[in-house]
Amino acid sequence: MMKSKKWNIILALLLMVTFTVQAQITGKPNFGKIAIIDATIHTITEGTIQHGVITLDGEKIEYVGTDRSKVGGGYTVIDATGKHVFPGFMDSGTSLGLVEVNAVPVTVDNREVGNMNPNMLAFTAFNPHSASIPVTRVSGVTHVITAPQGGLMSGQAALMDLWGYSPDSMAIDATAGMVLNWPSVQSRGWGPRNPEQAEKRYKEAVRNLDKWLDNARFYEQMMNEFEADPIGKTKPEKNQQLQAMRALVQGETPLIIAVSSEKDILNAIEWSTHEENSSLNIVFAGVEEGWRVSEKIAEAGIPCLVSTLYTPVRSYDHIHRPYENPAALMKAGVKVAIMTREVENVRNLPFNAGYAAAYGMGAEEAVKAVTINPAEIFGVSDRLGSLEIGKQANLFISSGDPFEPLSQIEQVFIKGYQIPMDSRHTQLFEEFLDRDATQE
Amino acid sequence: MKNTLTTLLIIAVFSVGTIAQEKGSVLIQNATLMTITDGIIENGDVLIVDGIISAIGADLSGPSGVSVVDGTGKYVMPGIIDAHSHLNTVSTNEARNPVTAEVTMEESINPNSVSIYRALAGGVTSIHLMHGSANVIGGQGETLKLRYGVTQDEMRFADAKRTIKFALGENPTRVHGQGNGIQPRTRMGVEQIIRSHFDEALDYRIKREAYFASKEAYEVDRRGRTAPPIPVAKNLRYDVLNDIIDGEILVHCHSYRADEILMLMRVFNDYGIKNYTFQHANEAFKVAPEIAKNGAYTSVFADWWAYKFEVYYSTAYNATILNENGVTNSINSDSNELIRHLNHEAAKTVRYGETSESDALKMITINPAKQLGIDEMVGSLEIGKQGDVAIWSGHPLSIYSKVEHTYVDGKKYFDLYMDPVDMRIAVDSEDSYAEAVFNTFIQGREEDSCMSDVFELIEQ
Repeated sequence: MMKSKKWNIILALLLMVTFTVQAQITGKPNFGKIAIIDATIHTITEGTIQHGVITLDGEKIEYVGTDRSKVGGGYTVIDATGKHVFPGFMDSGTSLGLVEVNAVPVTVDNREVGNMNPNMLAFTAFNPHSASIPVTRVSGVTHVITAPQGGLMSGQAALMDLWGYSPDSMAIDATAGMVLNWPSVQSRGWGPRNPEQAEKRYKEAVRNLDKWLDNARFYEQMMNEFEADPIGKTKPEKNQQLQAMRALVQGETPLIIAVSSEKDILNAIEWSTHEENSSLNIVFAGVEEGWRVSEKIAEAGIPCLVSTLYTPVRSYDHIHRPYENPAALMKAGVKVAIMTREVENVRNLPFNAGYAAAYGMGAEEAVKAVTINPAEIFGVSDRLGSLEIGKQANLFISSGDPFEPLSQIEQVFIKGYQIPMDSRHTQLFEEFLDRDATQE
Repeated sequence: MKNTLTTLLIIAVFSVGTIAQEKGSVLIQNATLMTITDGIIENGDVLIVDGIISAIGADLSGPSGVSVVDGTGKYVMPGIIDAHSHLNTVSTNEARNPVTAEVTMEESINPNSVSIYRALAGGVTSIHLMHGSANVIGGQGETLKLRYGVTQDEMRFADAKRTIKFALGENPTRVHGQGNGIQPRTRMGVEQIIRSHFDEALDYRIKREAYFASKEAYEVDRRGRTAPPIPVAKNLRYDVLNDIIDGEILVHCHSYRADEILMLMRVFNDYGIKNYTFQHANEAFKVAPEIAKNGAYTSVFADWWAYKFEVYYSTAYNATILNENGVTNSINSDSNELIRHLNHEAAKTVRYGETSESDALKMITINPAKQLGIDEMVGSLEIGKQGDVAIWSGHPLSIYSKVEHTYVDGKKYFDLYMDPVDMRIAVDSEDSYAEAVFNTFIQGREEDSCMSDVFELIEQ
């Protein structure tokens, strides 16, 4: 039994070598002119192409279609007969690279001390050598929003790709979103137990938030005036926190509001309609009770980042609510992206999306929720989220439906690099499957 | 509120005439039968009469009055068994001593928890309700059938083997050594806690038996030539430890690292203890040949890793490696979330290492049944076994498949098409939904559920 398994794997590796020519199993990535032929290509934005051809030239997609003559000499050809090609999946909410081992505090870099930390950058703490990164990318998840947490304003999330040796080379957007944990009006935990106190605490928190945003808008205006014409003016003192909020108040950096319950969602929507907040680019995250107020969220035009694999919020909620929440939001007209909210198990993103697909969203929309939708929400759909000529070559080849755990993710490309399909998990597998074997 | 009342009514109707372990009868026709122990039968029928599978085959007919379910296009598999759960505990950890063998989950079962219903909706019919992992030798477990809407007693799995929780590594050393400054602070200390308590228990047995012998002699000889013996008091903790040594209680040991797994096997070999299961066992794959040689079992997560240090050097291929090395392995949840889709957790063993689909299904049915000593009664579709089955809309390992009906003892406890929103039996004053509403972006995980109710102790 064991022997045959070993041979199967060796055979599988040999097969990869044959159809990828210079396949890299360990070590260095393949890069340059690569063609994938005879695949079912799920472009996302331009339909599905049977027996399709996709060619890569360096970091970019050079051609997508059915014309084999596009594959000239000099291409590494991958025969993907019977296989599927999808754009790399993007997880819209993780702390990947910021936390190595969550129970070991010295390895946890996603939570700074303090309540207002707009100047804390996930980008800075992102460890490109985290053991969780290869584990994630071999599953076809090629991009993540990695976010700080804690306090009222946690800091700025970064949009990272998962191939490279420095945050600089991996960042698609180092300041992809400002994380705000919406002050809850619910009485809970160690906080006030009676509703009046909770309401009071909530109002204080929102006043504090408003004050910060007022200051940031003032700072932004003051700095703009100075920068436009510094001559004869005193240079304003620099304030790191307010400086970090300039792009936020301009609406360039999205404000990711983590909000869960019905009441809190309604409060956050109401707050978003305030005149002074009209310039903000608001995104909701979590939104567990979004299904209760989906029409209102749609009306406000606020996109939502949601997951599916959590237990129902209220003991009297229907058992399938968490699975159905993305579909409920989508059907109301909300733009939905799916996330895991994980660190080491971001690889489960396709399964979170799979549940959304099975419970009302349908596979086509659920795929969008991990590709083009997050790309649009974070303003990078010109580069990511679909298989189109000129876009970054982020894609994977799978043996079947990537939401199915029974399918295998066979090859992954990130900005054109055909990455080695190994990780701590596969390396331990190779070493220990037949532990005591000796060289043959 | 109205929903709650409706539910109560539904439950009341469902429960009319409920007696202990109510049995039902049903004939499922023309389905794909995942028998687990005898391959896949296409277009097959299963007949359950009075809670027992009485026939498997084609064109079966049931006794008159037995409800018939059309299984065309559906899959039938035995109910999923979760070998590691804290689904409906009242308390999980008695954490104030490194050894609490006398403690038991027997009275710590909440039969009203809505989480039972949520697990049924995932096709689960039995769970191993476990004590937590704060102690080296923790409390005794209880194997339950998910008969939702019955009493504590009626949930018990009749004739299941007794079990007990052991725990190695970070949890007991954190709680006792780091938290309270007592042994064990290290993995060295963990071993000695086990050995010294087994030795004390064996000595106690000798002393207690000697006392009974002297007492008997004293009572026979009433002429006062001997002094009355000094009593040796009954000690429940040592009694339980002796039952473990005697093989009457199956040990389920929370463990992660390969070295501590080897340690426990050495200790158990010294005391002649057999038939035990390593729970979690993230590094079991590193010592799979040794585990196989000792005939020990493993029950693991499909893919949890890196949330704490002792699982940092582990792999989602664990289950496959164990299986390929001949270890009887199960996939467990230890989580009220994962228990809702253990089918999908088992399917991950196919993704990670290409375990066969049939072996993947064994890991959530017959294998956990073996580990709990209930494999003669459940865990496969076999004539004479108990009628714990689930009907799935498609292949149970597909992410698109849903459980349509779940039966325990032939009685339907879950029906996808008659599934009210509010399925609470009782309103729990402790159950504050606001606690679950967090307004935080990223969640992450730093602990297994085995440490429930212990945090307060450590934080103090």
